[in-house]
Amino acid sequence: MIAHTIFFYIFSIIAVISAIMVTVSKNTVHSVFFLILDFISISCLFIMIGAEFLGMIMLIVYVGAVAVLFLFVVMMLNVAQQKNQWFLSEETSSHIPVGLIISTIIFFELIIVIGGWKYKPDLFNSENLSIKNEISNTHSLGQVLYTDYIHVFQISGMILLIAMIGAIVLTFRQREGVKKQSYLKQISRERSEGVELLEVESNKGVKVDD
Amino acid sequence: MTEITLGHYLTLGAVIFTIGIIGIFLNRKNIIVILMSIELILLAVNINLVSFSIYLGDLSGQVFTLFILTVAAAEAAIGLAIIVVYYRNSGTIRVEEIDKLKG
Repeated sequence: MIAHTIFFYIFSIIAVISAIMVTVSKNTVHSVFFLILDFISISCLFIMIGAEFLGMIMLIVYVGAVAVLFLFVVMMLNVAQQKNQWFLSEETSSHIPVGLIISTIIFFELIIVIGGWKYKPDLFNSENLSIKNEISNTHSLGQVLYTDYIHVFQISGMILLIAMIGAIVLTFRQREGVKKQSYLKQISRERSEGVELLEVESNKGVKVDD
Repeated sequence: MTEITLGHYLTLGAVIFTIGIIGIFLNRKNIIVILMSIELILLAVNINLVSFSIYLGDLSGQVFTLFILTVAAAEAAIGLAIIVVYYRNSGTIRVEEIDKLKG
């Protein structure tokens, strides 16, 4: 139990510090790296608390896909140094004090909710989804996901499909002056427009008009 | 003190949530960092759901964390695609220069 405490504090301190570094670091590429560190430490927390499947999925989805997507976009758009001007500029934005006040209020509201929170007395009656100790976390999630939550699962797949199609449609562009192969044009060629038979007189040769 | 309770995890989630909101307000220059702050907020929500799920012994919190993960990935892909298209059209993604809608 003492090891659990020590590792919780280590991982949560790393997570909080890297979350702060995501927002304040001058270079956007460094922000993405700290975001990756944040996701990794949170997924270590998940694995430690007993949600192994979600920790691993978090590593695959966030670190493997989303953060790499962010890195690609940051490097493609050449914006890595743009945040420097915020630290150098004289005029300060009027949004920053308001934002700090609002986030402080939100933080204290959350702390009040956590401090004064209690279980409802009849809350422990949900036995159909209770976590069983004899099967693994992945096993129990799989048992639930494809039976009780099958419609939500299918809808989330549709959301991913729509997001993929939308991203492709948004970023697709037709370039001018690039030669492309058109299968329809190729297979719909007729003999009459491709081949021409000429009567050639001897010793004259053929002159083809371009 | 040495026992890690649900309150510890909820406090961690609250701290990361607040850092995400501060990040949205603080970064007035680069819109990609605002998207990353939204990812931080979703991460805090995931921490809350998973810790409630473990400490209450109810599996549905983890199931919904999976769906939040799906939605977060879709949102990041669409948002980054919109940013790429905007950068291609106008040459900038600084927050203060994005004023085409006169908002």
